Amino acid sequence: MSKITLDNLSHSYLDKQNSDADWALRDINLDWQDGGAYALLGPSGCGKTTLLNIISGLLNPTKGKVLFDDKDVTSQTPVERNIAQIFQFPVIYDTMTVYKNLAFPLKNRGMIDSEIDSRVKEIAEMLELTKTLNNRASGLTADGKQKISLGRGLARSNVNVIMFDEPLTVIDPHLKWVLRSKLKELHQKINKTMIYVTHDQTEALTFANQVVVMHEGQLVQTGTPVELFEKPKHTFVGHFIGSPGMNILPCQIQSSTPVIDGVKISTNSQINKSNFSKTEIGIRPEFVSFSKEGIPVKVLKVSNTGRHKIIDTECKSGKIKVLSHPSKDIPSGSAFLSFNKKYTYTYGDSWIIE
Amino acid sequence: MNKTINQKAWLFVIPVFILVAFNAVVPLMTVVNYAFQETFGNNVFTWEGTRWFKQILRSDRFHSALGRQFLFTGVILFIQVPLGIAIALTMPKKGIGVSVCLVLMSMPLLIPWNVVGAMWNIIALPEIGLLGHTLNDLGFDYNFTQQTGDAWFTTILMDVWHWTSLVVLLSYAGLRSIQPAYYQAAEIDGANRWAVFRHIELPKMKKVLTIAILLRFMDSFMIYTEPFVLTGGGPGNATAFLSIDLVKMALGQFDLGPAAAMSLIYFFIVLLVCWVFYNLMMRNETQG
Repeated sequence: MSKITLDNLSHSYLDKQNSDADWALRDINLDWQDGGAYALLGPSGCGKTTLLNIISGLLNPTKGKVLFDDKDVTSQTPVERNIAQIFQFPVIYDTMTVYKNLAFPLKNRGMIDSEIDSRVKEIAEMLELTKTLNNRASGLTADGKQKISLGRGLARSNVNVIMFDEPLTVIDPHLKWVLRSKLKELHQKINKTMIYVTHDQTEALTFANQVVVMHEGQLVQTGTPVELFEKPKHTFVGHFIGSPGMNILPCQIQSSTPVIDGVKISTNSQINKSNFSKTEIGIRPEFVSFSKEGIPVKVLKVSNTGRHKIIDTECKSGKIKVLSHPSKDIPSGSAFLSFNKKYTYTYGDSWIIE
Repeated sequence: MNKTINQKAWLFVIPVFILVAFNAVVPLMTVVNYAFQETFGNNVFTWEGTRWFKQILRSDRFHSALGRQFLFTGVILFIQVPLGIAIALTMPKKGIGVSVCLVLMSMPLLIPWNVVGAMWNIIALPEIGLLGHTLNDLGFDYNFTQQTGDAWFTTILMDVWHWTSLVVLLSYAGLRSIQPAYYQAAEIDGANRWAVFRHIELPKMKKVLTIAILLRFMDSFMIYTEPFVLTGGGPGNATAFLSIDLVKMALGQFDLGPAAAMSLIYFFIVLLVCWVFYNLMMRNETQG
């Protein structure tokens, strides 16, 4: 077990890099504490898997260092780093039984048979695979197979970190929930650092204590699910997390106060400079409400999801979504909206102004 | 739901029926016809029952041709399959090298079979051929037209040269379809190169290898043109494989009855071996 530090990490799959777009990862600095449950969240193609493969040692970074417990491991192989990785689709050794699959990494490391046996049985017990131990691994269902891949990682008692690369992609929806709680439970039991890569915010937010959001090869925010929800540091985070995502509206700054459609908005940001190329207001639909005065809008559409109503409205500067209780009456035609100041932020060039 | 019954659809199948009838059923039935009868020409036939079959199955000539055939097929499979896999494993996985290797590998497959025979005949000529002359210069007493061992050596070498590519191409296709995650997982599990081959590559190649072995078995078991041009079945009957022996009997001696019986036996052997092999290979597939 160890602390993981990423020091100024950059990676490119090209030999020559001319612009920012040629980098799959840019200037990543990150500390992962020992024993934490982390999620790496971002849309497809943002560099999550690249980052994971660099941590596991399958890929050598173009620049920067990877440290385990402050020890530089950048040039070490995955075996030397002693990590476990679970892939998007289950990787199993088809011709072997479940037992042999679990024993395989231990055998490769020269462990004696009696030790292997007790270890495999222990892991099988933990993952509820005991009954199928002597079956051929290829005959199992997708979730069973994914448990085997996980088991091969857990079988080694001293792994530094367990990494999951969108491990539930091929699992049936009703089993996803079960497996995810299983993982969470496992994390509490074995207390190892776990990194979980996903593009699904629900998976990330339910699994992890700390979520790292990535966007176009960069880290945009690290925080607890609540922090990401209440105070997104970048408009991308606001937009990506939450359903529906944050309302982002272009605004003007007039004497340190943001203005939308001529209406002054009080926000939680202290605006000290004004030389941004673009400024925006971010407010989550949860914190917008109808009132007697505020921003004049037209109500376009009301959708009732059962749990809440989602109201699409439009002001001159753009569309604003409002989330309200299903029993509440919604005005039709023209209305006014007000924002809860505590959760309203101003963004300069997409980054939060605090 | 009510299905409307419309028998007119059968009309669309008629062209295929006619095609299959003329290129398979009619010729095959002609052979069956000859296999049970004796004819002296003029379209006069006498019924002989299973006499030709008994005669063939008891003849030493058939036994030895069959033995040679199994030996030849066995040897070339034993060489071509491992060699083909080995070459596929060493082929480049990306870049310009891929196309170069694929084109080079396909070349032997594109050469007409009688040309292959003629080519190797010339190459192997002991007096002037590149291979034959070199071997004799190196002190080997090599003459494929007179010595059984040399004739076999040359025939096998020719077949390996001609057909290993097929195994290579199929194996390569199988290897390329393996997801990188398998290799990454194996790397993390600390598997050595042999374990990666044994537990990932070989199982993943199982299906293409089954096809490769089936194709190579059938083709080599029915081989005719190349050895016919190279050795003509000689010296003596040393390389007279089943099909060469069959043609000798049918066209050389004009023993149509026994030749027809032999054709059918030959056909059933190929069918039987393929069926048994395929079922053995696929036995576990249905469970997975």
